[in-house]
Amino acid sequence: MIPIDVVSQVLPLLQEGFIVTIQLVIIAGILSFVMSFVGGLARLSRFAPLRWVSGFLIEFFRGTSLLVQLFWFYYALPLLGVTLPTGLVGIVALTLNYGSYGSEIVRSSILAVPKGQAEAGIALNMTRFQRMKSIILPQAFRIMLPSFGNLMIELLKGTALVSLITIQDMTFYITQARNTIGHDTLLFSMLLVAYFIIGYVITLVFRWLERKFSAGRV
Amino acid sequence: MTEATEAQDLTAFDIDGKEPIIKYRNVSKSFGDNEVLKGIDFDLYPGERVAIIGPSGSGKTTLARLLMTLETPSEGTIEVDGRHLWHKEVNGKLVPADEKHLHKIRGDIGMVFQHFNLFPHMSILRNCIEAPIKVLGLSKKEAVERAKKMLDKVGMLEKADDYPASLSGGQQQRVAIARALVMRPKVMLFDEPTSALDPETVGEVLNVIKDIAKQGDMSMMLITHEMSFARDVADRVCFFDEGRIQEQGPPSKLFAHPETERLRDFLKSFHMNGNGE
Ligand SMILES: Nc1ncnc2c1ncn2[C@@H]1O[C@H](COP(=O)(O)OP(=O)(O)O)[C@@H](O)[C@H]1O
Ligand SMILES: [Mg+2]
Repeated sequence: MIPIDVVSQVLPLLQEGFIVTIQLVIIAGILSFVMSFVGGLARLSRFAPLRWVSGFLIEFFRGTSLLVQLFWFYYALPLLGVTLPTGLVGIVALTLNYGSYGSEIVRSSILAVPKGQAEAGIALNMTRFQRMKSIILPQAFRIMLPSFGNLMIELLKGTALVSLITIQDMTFYITQARNTIGHDTLLFSMLLVAYFIIGYVITLVFRWLERKFSAGRV
Repeated sequence: MTEATEAQDLTAFDIDGKEPIIKYRNVSKSFGDNEVLKGIDFDLYPGERVAIIGPSGSGKTTLARLLMTLETPSEGTIEVDGRHLWHKEVNGKLVPADEKHLHKIRGDIGMVFQHFNLFPHMSILRNCIEAPIKVLGLSKKEAVERAKKMLDKVGMLEKADDYPASLSGGQQQRVAIARALVMRPKVMLFDEPTSALDPETVGEVLNVIKDIAKQGDMSMMLITHEMSFARDVADRVCFFDEGRIQEQGPPSKLFAHPETERLRDFLKSFHMNGNGE
């Protein structure tokens, strides 16, 4: 039998953490999304130095561990004289990490739009900006949506790591609670279910977006 | 013979007193070591219809793409209505054109592609009004009016609210033609507009192009493998092979009395003998 009293004791804690986790997903999610476009477009820029710098930064943040980045911003950066609020450290590290992955999604999706599309735009004498805005990006956006859905799920899972720098998300509360309450199996099961629920909502949102942006396709 | 009468001999079109709207001069194009166009001189007169024929790989598409600014020439110059396309004049010297200059000149040119290249995320009508609004600065109302007239002309008005994916190849190509016409170019390039179509829809597209050729005073460069279409529509036929114009002349002459061995062989492959049948 599931001990109801334990559940009712843990639920409020889980709820507190739930709100923090959701906040992290939404804020870091939006910022990662913005960074993905900035990074992806920078990598395709005609201006070579911009391509090199963005390419290096993206490879750097993609190629190093999120956990180490969190620790670096939390433990190492203050030693260099810059102390960020803990919540901000979490947001910054998550954004840099997942925004870098997202930049590659944006870049490859733009390149996946058939060349004939841009050429039709040139034949209609559209400027580079007009071609990007009305022809390339809308089509690339549809290509990138499923990958962004995956990325947001990855981001959700990544948020669990911020508990290690004392941000009070769901994982933080549950790992604290097991020290005093025990019932590991029950607590971690509840935690799994909570992550699954958020993940499933993200999946549904992206499925809806994909439908919405597939006008005209058969 | 003067230059003018020489030019007049090549075309059934009356070029009396006209200046070419398009002038290719010594234009070459290489992709790496592959020289695809070899010193082309080519004129197109305002209102003239020129069919370009020739085996695949001979450089026909490249010739058109250079004029549409989709490919940069390796050598030579192209003039559009007396203005250099790929060069700007700075202090009497020709320097390579920038994007801004290309934008200014290429408004005179329109192109219909082998694979239509309609915008799949836009309705048929939207495909036809996007550039007129954004590039020509027409109001939405004006653009819609113009677009509907052109869609009507190509017989696609009822499909205005549909999306490209729901149309047949022939229908998509007719829309692509309307989309290009709405911009009112002075010169239209057709790059094998029926090569990607099912045989049963080829006729409808060729008929649309014939209609436009009859009505307008637009210059046309028609790259095609449809020999009887070329004969019906063109004032002049250019036979391309190995990156050069091998032979050109009015269709009656070129198809009936090909002068070069290459052209005779080429026409044979279309079951057209020396009598043009
Ligand atoms: N972008 C390109 N890069 C490299 N080679 C090309 C490119 N475009 C065309 N070519 C080559 O140029 C030659 C002529 O091509 P094209 O102009 O398409 O001929 P056509 O239209 O007469 O069939 C071909 O050998 C083709 O492989
Ligand atoms: Mg071709």
